[in-house]
Amino acid sequence: MNFSEGRLRVFDPRHECIDRGQLERLQLERLQQVVHRVQKNVPCYQNKFREAGVDAREIRNLSDLSRLPFTTKDDLRQNYPYDMFAVPMKEVVRIHSSSGTTGKPTVVGYTRSDLHTWTDLVARFMTAAGVHDEDIVHIAFGYGLFTGAFGLHYGAERIGASVIPMSGGNTEKQLMILQDYKSTALVCTPSYALTLADRMEQAGMNPRDLSLEVGLFGAEPWSEQMRVEIEERLGIVATDNYGLSEVMGPGVAGECLYKCGMHIAEDHFIAETIDPDTGDVLPPGSKGELVITTLTKEGIPLIRYRTRDITRIHQEICECGRTLARMEKTMGRSDDMLIIKGVNVFPTQIEEVLFKVEGCQPHYQLIVDREDNRDSLEVQVEVQECIFFDEMRQQREFVQSVEGELATMLGVSAKVKLVEPNSIPRHEGKAQRVIDRRNKDL
Amino acid sequence: MKVQQISIFIENKAGRLAEVTRVLGESGVNIRALSLADTSDFGILRLIVDKIDAAQEILKSGGFTVNKTDVVAVEVPDRPLGLYSILETLDRGRINVEYMYAFAEHDGANAVIIFRFDDPDAAVDLLRKTGIHMLDGEAVYNM
Repeated sequence: MNFSEGRLRVFDPRHECIDRGQLERLQLERLQQVVHRVQKNVPCYQNKFREAGVDAREIRNLSDLSRLPFTTKDDLRQNYPYDMFAVPMKEVVRIHSSSGTTGKPTVVGYTRSDLHTWTDLVARFMTAAGVHDEDIVHIAFGYGLFTGAFGLHYGAERIGASVIPMSGGNTEKQLMILQDYKSTALVCTPSYALTLADRMEQAGMNPRDLSLEVGLFGAEPWSEQMRVEIEERLGIVATDNYGLSEVMGPGVAGECLYKCGMHIAEDHFIAETIDPDTGDVLPPGSKGELVITTLTKEGIPLIRYRTRDITRIHQEICECGRTLARMEKTMGRSDDMLIIKGVNVFPTQIEEVLFKVEGCQPHYQLIVDREDNRDSLEVQVEVQECIFFDEMRQQREFVQSVEGELATMLGVSAKVKLVEPNSIPRHEGKAQRVIDRRNKDL
Repeated sequence: MKVQQISIFIENKAGRLAEVTRVLGESGVNIRALSLADTSDFGILRLIVDKIDAAQEILKSGGFTVNKTDVVAVEVPDRPLGLYSILETLDRGRINVEYMYAFAEHDGANAVIIFRFDDPDAAVDLLRKTGIHMLDGEAVYNM
């Protein structure tokens, strides 16, 4: 292991190293409470439970969880902005929002107690990733509605580390601060970590000369190969962490220094894996869609929330001594949503843009790739008469206006490539919408 | 005085141009003139053919995207400043040329320029008034 003993600590041994029997008793007690709470306070759950013919009083064992209906992102959208909240607004002290850019984002509210839990859980995984009170933590996530920056910020403060709330962008300044302020821990997306390495090398700096020792990367899927590259180029230990704003934000799960899966905060969340098609619960170790039930959240508790992330969960005890189950790096999504440069992109948004620009609906395909460790999006559009012009100027203007509209709507840049009719493969008449080449080495 | 031209979208990859000419040729369509505008990704092929409706039909059923547009065919005397006098006339009349391409008549006495104007009617009027000789569709298709 290439890390010092001083970095091997456990933030909350009582919960992180809990005996499984004890954990399950705690989970059941908390599950019963949260199910009662949502049944009492959230109309969406009152309806869902009624339709499913279940009542909070019928939850007597953890296995009864599977009798409860799922919650989906759609439920959150339909109850936009505040109808999923289980407490009155006067108890909500913070609002965050998903990075979702489709029509309406999803809104989440935190009570004081929720923020306290969140801060502790982030402190927990940051400690597991090697951060301690002597670290100088450089946070290069954008501060705002996105949960990443604030989550890591308060978690690092909770540990007692010195936090630099750098926020995103301005790479030159990031480099100056990393160098001059002697940051020892870096928090950003994995792709940005490599951008920093590139920029340093271009400027003739050796990234390994920085004071950085650990890196905590999240908010987008990344491969083991990318981890190796980040670790080698920056000379750090790089760990992954998982969270989603609907459920809490970062802190749902995070890797320890043994890097063999992300420990799930099971005292606050029950994680199941299901078959995304049938909804059946799968045994531990099987690959399936991650479903999360929040046990302690007050602001917006979620019962069996379908994350759409595909992973495996392992319950074997980790070398680090933590007993909490570990989830593997996510292996893709069970629906069509893509995360490109940390931004949620839905294929249907492309349809909207194409329709808006020329009033017709050509076949299209999204090609997502990773070049030089940065996500790239190419939109291939089959040329139809309605978007074909005999003048090159008009044809290029069309491409440019689609690219412009896509950038505005998605928040990420996309290259538009015109292709001949029927060149996009169809399955049963339907074009395959997405080719994601990033996941081949995950 | 307008001539119909067909435009075909082709991806910039090996064999596509050949495929267009094969499909047309095997159906007995003869190409009179052509021009290709291209970018690194795609090209727009413009053709004047002897049987325009048949050509459009054949290409569409061959899976190509095809549009028909009106262009103007102008006969240009084969001598120095022959083209200039025409372009100067258009310029003075504030007629915008979107693109143009040329080919020679069989007898070699004159060249024919195909013009794509943003306003073909105005262009035809102007050219007629200044006595510049245009060819009608039939003349071009049957050259």
